[in-house]
Amino acid sequence: MRTVRKLASMAAVGALALTTVSCAESERGDGGGEGGGGESTFTFGAAGAPEMFDPLYATDGETFRVTRQMFQGLLGIEPGTAEVVPELATEWTSNEEGTEWTFTLRDDVTFHDGEPFNAEAVCANFERMYDQNEAGQVAAEYWGYVMGSFANDPDNSLYQGCEAADEFEAVVTISRSTSGFPTMLTLASLAMQSPAAMEAGDANGIATQGEGFSFPDYAQNPVGTGPYQFVEYDQAVGTVSLEAYDDFWGDAPASSDLTFRVIPDESTRRQELEAGSIDGYDLPNPADWSGLEESGNSVEVRDPFNIFYLGLNPEANPQLKDLKVRQALYHALDREQLVQTQLPEGAEVATQFMPSTVSGYASSLEPYAYDPDQARQLLQEAGAEGMTLTFAYPTEVSRPYMPDPQQLYEALRTNLEDVGINVDVKTASWNGGYLDNVTAGKYDAYLLGWTGDYDSAFNFVGTFFGNLKENDFGTKAYPWGQQLADDLQAADAVVDEDERGAAFEEINAQIMEEYLPGLPISHSPPALVVGPDVEGVIPSPLTAEEFSTVSVGGQ
Amino acid sequence: MVRFIVRRMLQMAGVLVVLSMLLFVWLKALPGGPVSAILGERATPERRAALEAALGLDQPVYVQYLRFVERALHGEFGASTAVLPGEDAFQVFLIRLPATIELAIFAMVLAVALGIPLGYFAARRKGSPLDSGAVVFSLIGVAVPVFFTAFLLKYFVAVEWQLLPVSGRQDPSLDATRVTGLFILDGLLTREWDAAWDALRHLILPAVALATIPFAIIFRITRASVLDTMDADFVRTAEAKGLTASVIRSRHVLRNAMLPVVTVIGLSLGGLLAGAILTETVFSFPGIGDAIYQSQRDKDYAVLTVLILASAAIFVIINLLVDIAYAVLDPRIRTR
Repeated sequence: MRTVRKLASMAAVGALALTTVSCAESERGDGGGEGGGGESTFTFGAAGAPEMFDPLYATDGETFRVTRQMFQGLLGIEPGTAEVVPELATEWTSNEEGTEWTFTLRDDVTFHDGEPFNAEAVCANFERMYDQNEAGQVAAEYWGYVMGSFANDPDNSLYQGCEAADEFEAVVTISRSTSGFPTMLTLASLAMQSPAAMEAGDANGIATQGEGFSFPDYAQNPVGTGPYQFVEYDQAVGTVSLEAYDDFWGDAPASSDLTFRVIPDESTRRQELEAGSIDGYDLPNPADWSGLEESGNSVEVRDPFNIFYLGLNPEANPQLKDLKVRQALYHALDREQLVQTQLPEGAEVATQFMPSTVSGYASSLEPYAYDPDQARQLLQEAGAEGMTLTFAYPTEVSRPYMPDPQQLYEALRTNLEDVGINVDVKTASWNGGYLDNVTAGKYDAYLLGWTGDYDSAFNFVGTFFGNLKENDFGTKAYPWGQQLADDLQAADAVVDEDERGAAFEEINAQIMEEYLPGLPISHSPPALVVGPDVEGVIPSPLTAEEFSTVSVGGQ
Repeated sequence: MVRFIVRRMLQMAGVLVVLSMLLFVWLKALPGGPVSAILGERATPERRAALEAALGLDQPVYVQYLRFVERALHGEFGASTAVLPGEDAFQVFLIRLPATIELAIFAMVLAVALGIPLGYFAARRKGSPLDSGAVVFSLIGVAVPVFFTAFLLKYFVAVEWQLLPVSGRQDPSLDATRVTGLFILDGLLTREWDAAWDALRHLILPAVALATIPFAIIFRITRASVLDTMDADFVRTAEAKGLTASVIRSRHVLRNAMLPVVTVIGLSLGGLLAGAILTETVFSFPGIGDAIYQSQRDKDYAVLTVLILASAAIFVIINLLVDIAYAVLDPRIRTR
């Protein structure tokens, strides 16, 4: 009886659906694009849904991974390195002051909508990024981060203007010389987009809605110049489909279609790879590396381009103002052991706050030795024996530089306790208060790190200590805090690359030998994994892989 | 009957309003929030403040709540920050709902199709090996955590033997046409049989895992209820009247024994529709439960609020439907 009623009600629902959509017809296309070298699809497992597809408003890696395949910048990155190379611009020169930059553009590029790429398009892009409404200024985080401000506040803006000197020659003016320019133009966020499509889709029509942003139509219909063009984003199943762009100026991509499948759970991503339904995914747990390799997959290890550190805040604990105390903490840490046992193969002990591939790295620095006796001695000299340290780590997170925060924490905590420090354990989830507490200065010591945005010393040490008022290390509490910030700004403004590198080397040495505002621990190589029949992946230290070289099944 | 329904609907509205207030206060009292989730390592007090101001998070909680209510009355619930960034939270609910409906119905059909006959036959052969076997089986269903069942099923059936897909709702390469969002139905409507078949294949493992709990409950309630009814006076009367065994079973025993079963089915269905968080998470099945988990983890408050309110509403509505079905099945309730 019950089953009959149930069937009847289900039939009623079905009938209703049938009447409302009785004209439902298949809308299937005839398959993917034909522009690729072969008719094959590379399917990548993504950990999260993309925010949308306008890179200017994007902030997270999952979104950039997709936009990077569709968009290109004036400057590119040599695959497999962090080195700047020509992309849409073939060359660039500056005036003597480093404030006026002339970019010579490729003359054979079209956007996916057929519009020509030229100097006017470049300037339209810069002006569009610069001229943001209130919501856009908050959402366009990377522009704000590298350029300082927007059109309503030109005094604080690095960007000053753009002019099309010739059809394929654009001149960009900036307010002062900085090491970040033009390297910052490699950022996925500052890529070139079709001005016509942006206008048609009201690209700047972003607004806040409740606690989030609502994005304009353009953000769902992006148009760039890259090897792949947008097909669709199926929100119901969480897949983004791209296909080869037939008129791409460079080599046609090795796979004709590219699909990103959102699979939030890491073990499920691994199982999908083993079942062959995806061809790769990012950041496999280091504990799985060998197992993945054994089943025929290849774990592609990137060069480390990050820093994992133990941050210290003297404002939270005045005892930390004493250099001897900070040195004691550093000598107490057995970082070699940590790197050997807790971090993936290829991880290195850090000697300073940036990796060796960045220009300005001080190669003369030696790592602080693991020496518990010296640590005890220094603590004694400083009158800080038995000091209590509020030391925190984040939960519910894994970062490229910190695969398992709790395990790393436990190792470091044991080291500190061994030299007589009382550790007051604190923890909070990454999004649930940890980061807030770090910036609010609630912890004496904490675990954090940074992955470089582009090849620039200032992007590392400048981010940490360049802004005196606001940094997680509380450097304003030290007598040298102002000096360090000034030195960093001055080094950043040096026009000549070699001189600039030398200036940063000197600062790096000074940071480690005289200041020691925090304790750099290690550089870890993040990896991505692809299936047995996948070829052509070039791991990028910036985690900025381009998939146009990737083929599946020997196609 | 109409008054009864109207009263219950009003009660439901009251429940939702109170729940929304509690949720709001509760969410705001939690540490962290969407700003941390958006900014990550890049968070400085300055950027945090700018983003909080832009998103209205710097206002007192009651102001934020009133704004939320005002927007909600205009059909806007705030943009998602993590689950489907940029989409209105209610839209996220609508996009995710069909997946959960498909899963819940399929799981419930499995549970009912197995639970009722098994319960009935176990009762009729009380003490037999069939009975004991079925009781043990159902106990396992209740006792083993659903995520563990899900994990085992996934590991063996999908990963080791590769008989069924590991996760998701449909193979993206099928390029299936979307009509209702219920993929099996869509495949049938558009005659894309491969798409319907593929969606069904994706549904089997999560549905089996999810069905274990309602199956166990339905089985046990059916068994107990049939046992009770078989001893009832009216059954003895019917036997004395000389009715055939099959008529007694179908008209008298089964029908009367179904009353408590209907309640249980309704309540379980409400629970399943409100989001099978564990099962959906294990199978990366993009429904309501998966969205609740993600929005909680990434502090997508707009989505979390809407999903919890919607889940509560679904639960209450299903309860109401159960009560109505009860009234239909048992005339005594109507007259009471």
